[in-house]
Amino acid sequence: MSSRNSIISTFRLLEGPQTLGKGPGFWSAFAVVLILACIYPMFADGYDVGNNVYFFNWTFMALGLSLIWGYGGALSFGQTAFFGVAGYAYGVLTINLGDAYGLTFFSLLAAVGISALFAAVLGYFLFFGRISGVFLGIVTLSVTLVLERFMSQTAGPEWAIGSARLNGFNGMGGMPSLTIPWPGGDIVLYPDVTLYYMTLALLVIAYLALRMLVNSRMGNVLVAIRENPQRAEMLGYDIRRYQLGAFVIGSGLAGLSGVLYTAWGNYITPSSMGMSAAALPVVWVAVGGRSDLTTTLFGTLLVLAGFQYLTIYGSQYALVMMGFLLVVTILLAPSGIFITVGSLFSKGLRRRLARERA
Amino acid sequence: MAILETRKLDKWFGGLHVTDNVDFALEKGEVHCLIGPNGAGKSTFFKLVLGEHTPSGGTILYDGEEITRAKPFERVRRGISVKFQVPGIFQALRVRQNLQIALQHHLEGAGLNEEIDRLLEFLKLKDAEKQLAGSLSHGQKQWLEIGMAIALKPKLLLLDEPTAGMTPDETHATGEMVKALNAEGVSVLAVEHDMAFVRQIAQKVTVLHFGKIFAQGTIDEIVADERVAAIYLGEVDA
Repeated sequence: MSSRNSIISTFRLLEGPQTLGKGPGFWSAFAVVLILACIYPMFADGYDVGNNVYFFNWTFMALGLSLIWGYGGALSFGQTAFFGVAGYAYGVLTINLGDAYGLTFFSLLAAVGISALFAAVLGYFLFFGRISGVFLGIVTLSVTLVLERFMSQTAGPEWAIGSARLNGFNGMGGMPSLTIPWPGGDIVLYPDVTLYYMTLALLVIAYLALRMLVNSRMGNVLVAIRENPQRAEMLGYDIRRYQLGAFVIGSGLAGLSGVLYTAWGNYITPSSMGMSAAALPVVWVAVGGRSDLTTTLFGTLLVLAGFQYLTIYGSQYALVMMGFLLVVTILLAPSGIFITVGSLFSKGLRRRLARERA
Repeated sequence: MAILETRKLDKWFGGLHVTDNVDFALEKGEVHCLIGPNGAGKSTFFKLVLGEHTPSGGTILYDGEEITRAKPFERVRRGISVKFQVPGIFQALRVRQNLQIALQHHLEGAGLNEEIDRLLEFLKLKDAEKQLAGSLSHGQKQWLEIGMAIALKPKLLLLDEPTAGMTPDETHATGEMVKALNAEGVSVLAVEHDMAFVRQIAQKVTVLHFGKIFAQGTIDEIVADERVAAIYLGEVDA
């Protein structure tokens, strides 16, 4: 009975002060969007569906950054470090272990674990060393740039782990896709409809789990730290632990993005940890509205689609546009486009906007 | 018995001796005010007790145990709570959530909601519970923070100029809150400028000057002390 109650109260955390959207209206809209996402492959070519998994791959890193920055108030400019570490780890592990017996999924978990462990060690020195504000951004950016430089010079044959060549600037390829062991023949998740459904399922799980996390006691403490770290500490919270916790979870999600991206394209390069790669998650999250998971998610998908369109049709100026978009957002809509535009129509969002500007 | 005691407490900032060999004791159940001219070292002493500064020498005892090197949050967990001078609240969160964050350590469910309601009543903030803390009046913000500080059920409450910027009515109401808490057994150390407020609440007053304890006594003794009046006018070098 009490365990049933605790399950109910856990699910109650899907709604709360830290997330936009509640009640039947919101969850109906959620169901409609989910159904549309589920039936989309029936109306599209398998090749296009597989290509579009690309967009989902990045959302985990964006949601993680929303947790660290939007909720916890700590701007990490180097989430790509964990993306890259996990991507390379997946490559090294799967090339050595192979894709039989579900070992690709073991590699996925292990790679995410490695990036989370890396975040725990780095985060320990950052948060327990009381590094905050702009310095946190500088240090995390440095870490991702150092990793990019390091991986770029691993072209020689001496840079191999087992049978996996790191391949320097050209990047590492040839790792297997995720593979589900199945009687009568393994199911290989090439960029196609099956991979689409698996990634979508992971996204829904991550989104709902994060909603519960930010509305939990830990979420309360995180936003308290964002608002006033001194007061939060003087309520008896060891704020360093909470910041570290958010950083590890958020970076683990960046790692998941890295693994999914690498398994999707069978390819990872050092430039995925470079300067422009590192700046993009900050743009996605800021433009959508970093202080809410839902606006972060839709903002990320929207900006990614726009970026893709510009890259195809305008090539070089796509990145410039991203920079422009970030500046415009910060000047005109610091709470993100969804809350700002929505506040023109909704009283609730207007209040929320006033609250974020307070 | 003293709930808070400092022995030969010292703090240097470079060549500046801001806390000079302070032996201080606050008895259990006492309301003790710390006064002194600007630059007397009140804030530094306060931050040493909180753990925001590390002393250059000496020891700090809380309830008979040494806490000289304890982290601020560890001191809070032992029963010290603080209200800052500038209201330290969570501006973008609702009043109710501010209190919830303070209370969620030790309460949950119905008990949590009851305690929030009780505090809202005590703080005269019942009508404002759904407001954002940042939209409260200055006096209400001060009360909200007092509420967060006492939500922890502290044994020792530290108040840094709790009435700064308040109207006389708000100041008086704050004094009554402090007295009500003291009646429940909370010991209080307050840094304060407003002498009317000090007179309202203090059972004992300590005057700091150039980082040293200059005088100690009841409010009447302190007010009658011509040396104290002189340092406020800048005529005595202690």
